[in-house]
Amino acid sequence: MITLSHFIVLGAVLFCIALASLFINRKNVIVLLMSIELMLLAVNINFVAFSRFLGDVAGQVFVFFILTVAAAETAIGLAILVLLFRNRSTINIAEIDSMKG
Amino acid sequence: MELSTSILLTIALAPLVGCLLAGFFGQVIGRAGAHSVTILGLVIACGLSFYVLYQLTVGGAPVYNHNLYTWFEIGRYTANVGFLIDRLTAMMMVVVTFVSLLVHIYTIGYMAEDPGYQRFFSYISLFTFSMLMLVMSNNFMQLFFGWEAVGLVSYLLIGFWYKRPTAIFANLKAFLVNRVGDFGFLLGIAAVLYFLGTLDYATAFASSDSLIGKTLQITQNTHWDAATVICILLFIGAMGKSAQVPLHVWLPDSMEGPTPISALIHAATMVTAGIFMVARMSPIFELSETALSFVMIIGATGALFTGLIGIVQNDIKRVVAYSTLSQLGYMTVALGVSAYSGAVFHLMTHAFFKALLFLGAGSVIIAMHHEQDMRYMGGLRKYMPVTWITMWIGSLALCGVPFFSGFYSKDAIIEAVGESHRWGANYAYFCVMAGAFVTALYTFRQMYLTFHGKERFTVVHDHGHGHDEHHHDSHKDDHGHHDAGIMHETPKESPWVVTLPLVLLAIPSLLVGFFAIEPMLYQGWFGSAIQVHEANNVLGELAREFHGSVAMALHGFTQLPFWLVAAAFAIQTYIYLFNPAVAGRIKNALKPIYNVLNHKYWFDAVYYIVFARGGIALGRALWKGGDAAVIDGALINGSAGLVERIASGARRLQSGYLYHYAFAMILGLILLLGGYWLVGQ
Repeated sequence: MITLSHFIVLGAVLFCIALASLFINRKNVIVLLMSIELMLLAVNINFVAFSRFLGDVAGQVFVFFILTVAAAETAIGLAILVLLFRNRSTINIAEIDSMKG
Repeated sequence: MELSTSILLTIALAPLVGCLLAGFFGQVIGRAGAHSVTILGLVIACGLSFYVLYQLTVGGAPVYNHNLYTWFEIGRYTANVGFLIDRLTAMMMVVVTFVSLLVHIYTIGYMAEDPGYQRFFSYISLFTFSMLMLVMSNNFMQLFFGWEAVGLVSYLLIGFWYKRPTAIFANLKAFLVNRVGDFGFLLGIAAVLYFLGTLDYATAFASSDSLIGKTLQITQNTHWDAATVICILLFIGAMGKSAQVPLHVWLPDSMEGPTPISALIHAATMVTAGIFMVARMSPIFELSETALSFVMIIGATGALFTGLIGIVQNDIKRVVAYSTLSQLGYMTVALGVSAYSGAVFHLMTHAFFKALLFLGAGSVIIAMHHEQDMRYMGGLRKYMPVTWITMWIGSLALCGVPFFSGFYSKDAIIEAVGESHRWGANYAYFCVMAGAFVTALYTFRQMYLTFHGKERFTVVHDHGHGHDEHHHDSHKDDHGHHDAGIMHETPKESPWVVTLPLVLLAIPSLLVGFFAIEPMLYQGWFGSAIQVHEANNVLGELAREFHGSVAMALHGFTQLPFWLVAAAFAIQTYIYLFNPAVAGRIKNALKPIYNVLNHKYWFDAVYYIVFARGGIALGRALWKGGDAAVIDGALINGSAGLVERIASGARRLQSGYLYHYAFAMILGLILLLGGYWLVGQ
């Protein structure tokens, strides 16, 4: 029997993986974008699971919005990425520290 | 007949107008213009002063006491400008304007070649105005104004030759030492206002009896008598202005100024302001036996010990300066034994003969081309007979030889001290008696060294050496500008503008005592201006033994002071006329005493080390420790530095790496949630 807690644990695990990749990844910005997507998906699983178990469809409607926003966000992110690469010839995170105080 | 306000105002303001004209328009009106306007102002002031004296004495005018102008108001206190003209004031006005007028005339000759001619006339007229404001005042505040104004002019005139470092040093010293006295004086005035509630003379003196029994609480168990506190504080002011031990150190140094102002300010008038002030305050001083003892002991110490220094001086002006200190001591002693009239009487006779001696010394200095060292003089009597005779008159008056004016005033003081039973009167009596001997010693020494004996200078006629240029320089440089004892032309008598004041001063030096002693000391001439309690009235005791001026003088020949003077005369005549080598032998035999006197009891050295160096060290400590370390270091740079250190630590958090920021966010989230969870538990 698959209970609510299984979904929640799955969401949490996905979220933690995404988080870990955010910290551990020192390589490039694409992986960063991917881990952010993964975080959003983890959140979506939670939404859907609660929607299903609480019998409220509003959660599933919300997921569609999130997916849309995530798609837009990724599009913008990739556009920034292209411009970044054009200007600095790199997408290596360790080299992008011009915000340093 | 009432005194007229417009006449009194004219007396005070005429010198001020002269001062302003000579000071601001000196270049326009020129040298002759400058001395003309100032002398005209003084002639007016002096003539009217005599008229005021005449009105008060013969014309029977009542005492004039009116406020003329409201200077300022603070709360309930109103500062007025007003005049109190009684006989004491009138006498001071006559002395001040008369001596000042003669000094103005004398200055025409003395400063003839000085580039600061107009400035000098402006200053001495300003001095006369200030001094008149001081003596004519009817309240403490205006007295203080005049007091400070004469101090300022004294400062300006001591440093008149402002390119001489010694003159600058001397005028700063005079100003600083006077600050000490003036601080006491200001506290005294504050105490008067505190206890009596007014600064008006008439009101304050009328209610002065209310001071009896009042005390000033210093600590829990210390109460000081109010009258004593007031009197001693006021007298500290007098100690500064009238150069009493231990605040006397500025007066000898003030001789750096031109000789006319030494005569006017530092002998005849300004330095006697303290004596005048105490005499004016007699109703308050009479309340405190302690303060009067203090006054007497300070005065007696000065009378004897500063006179002793005069014996070893070689500078002709310094001998007269120490003599002034000693004579001021006499006046102060007289104040201390409640013989206020005696002090004021001596003030008047002293003003005449001491101004005469200073102006005579100045005349000698002109003849010697600004050589002031008596060791290079001698035998001048045949070159300058008028100066010689008038200075002998002044000297005999100073020594107190019977029939001269100094005899009457000084003998009255010595006898008054002898009559007094105040604590310390025996010490004072010894001091004034020994002081008479010392006075004669240095006076005769000065006269013999200057006018008698061999000529200790040689005259070298070298016309190639431009004399005018040489003379001109002497104002700017210190002494020693030429080889000591070498003259380029024979000394000659000074011009008439110099000798006329000498003659005019010699007359009162001879006569004024003879005529003035009886009314002034013994017939209550001063009226209510000077108040003495019956128990303290030593002059009243003397009045019973007084049988006229002639009898007093004849009696004086049999008294100890005269024999002391005669002994000093004999000693100095032998030493300086017949056997000059003895002087050197005595000096060697009494080397330790000579050293003490030559170093002026080390007053200057001690003050220099303790106050001047101490002041610099304190200032340096406050600068380095207080200003640089605490304010600049800790407060200003310290607070900025703290912000900088915190910021430089905090900027390390801004690494610029995204994952650091993300980590911080997650950490924050975890802490927040953990916090909720813990609270929820």
